[in-house]
Amino acid sequence: MCESCGCSDDQHVRITKVTRGQADHAAHPHDHAHSHAHGHSHSHDHDHGHSHSHGTTVSLEEDLLAKNNLLAQRNRGWFEGRGILALNLVSSPGAGKTTLLVRTLEALGKELTFGVIEGDQETSEDAKRIAETGCGVVQVNTGTGCHLDAHMVAHALETLRPPTDSVVLIENVGNLVCPALFDLGEMCKVCIVSVTEGEDKPLKYPYMFRASEVLILNKTDLLPHVDFDVGRCLEYARRVNPDLKVFQLSARTGEGMEEWLTWLQTQLPVNPSPPA
Amino acid sequence: MHELSITREIVDLATDKAGGRRVTRIALVIGQLSGIVSDAIRFCFDVCACSTAAEGARLDIEEIPGRGRCRVCGLEVPLEQPFGQCECGSVRIEVIAGEEMRMKEMEVA
Repeated sequence: MCESCGCSDDQHVRITKVTRGQADHAAHPHDHAHSHAHGHSHSHDHDHGHSHSHGTTVSLEEDLLAKNNLLAQRNRGWFEGRGILALNLVSSPGAGKTTLLVRTLEALGKELTFGVIEGDQETSEDAKRIAETGCGVVQVNTGTGCHLDAHMVAHALETLRPPTDSVVLIENVGNLVCPALFDLGEMCKVCIVSVTEGEDKPLKYPYMFRASEVLILNKTDLLPHVDFDVGRCLEYARRVNPDLKVFQLSARTGEGMEEWLTWLQTQLPVNPSPPA
Repeated sequence: MHELSITREIVDLATDKAGGRRVTRIALVIGQLSGIVSDAIRFCFDVCACSTAAEGARLDIEEIPGRGRCRVCGLEVPLEQPFGQCECGSVRIEVIAGEEMRMKEMEVA
């Protein structure tokens, strides 16, 4: 049991700092530099003085995601106070999140300081790929969990320790369903769909497309080889979320990356700091 | 299966508020556009409540149908998904009901 925020180890979440060529199993259980507020707000549950034989009804009116939302707002404040831009990258497994991350770090790593939080059920394979770029990275293994939550991210940040005016990219667990519901404290969700998936993904998984502000259509270099109608996919996506900002690119070949990189830079605080 | 972690929250919240008393009933309000499947909550509940003060509690789930309002013409439309199209052709639909996910009340012995 973690003393400051009351989390227990029973959900088998592991947080590991990964450096080039190694993975030192640090973190859970861990000492926390900051304590978490109670995840639940205390509603006024009036216990009636008179007893009923059928028991007492306690009014609660409590949001089921209140605890996560509170911790997410805490993370958001933490990011804002440090001038950190945080993005939550979501997609189905294999859409190319990690390749996009690696290419982004390679392209902007000299101008900006990045930190990455990698979410996967198991293994540190993705974090190792990120570590090869020289970027600070923490792997969160969720065990049975199908999504990152704000609590995991808060602990990951204690290990990652991103500097002020940096960029934190959070790669969520590959899953187009569950991560849609969990705010991590990011500025926005960036949803990645590859052209090897069906163009009807936005209609099949509308919650994720609604929760995202940005859509990246990845692997466009494969378009000549697959039956993927870009226009239809984007029409479906905008039917679900008319305000989606869309980028079409191939993280592998670099085609179309420039627009995404420019957008990312324009989201930064006014005076971003180059790497030390 | 995010319902598993959400059901854990439900059990934690109920047992916490019960202050050692036995929880006999939990009433939830879940909108049909909330992204939570009521049946999955029921499925997870018995497992999550096992060996807690909420073990054996009855789970009542009130489901709220989805409704949206067109941002262009203001017409209200029923929604079965978290998006839709208004008669005027607009897809700018604001969800006004169906996104609820809250624990309304509980009964303790």
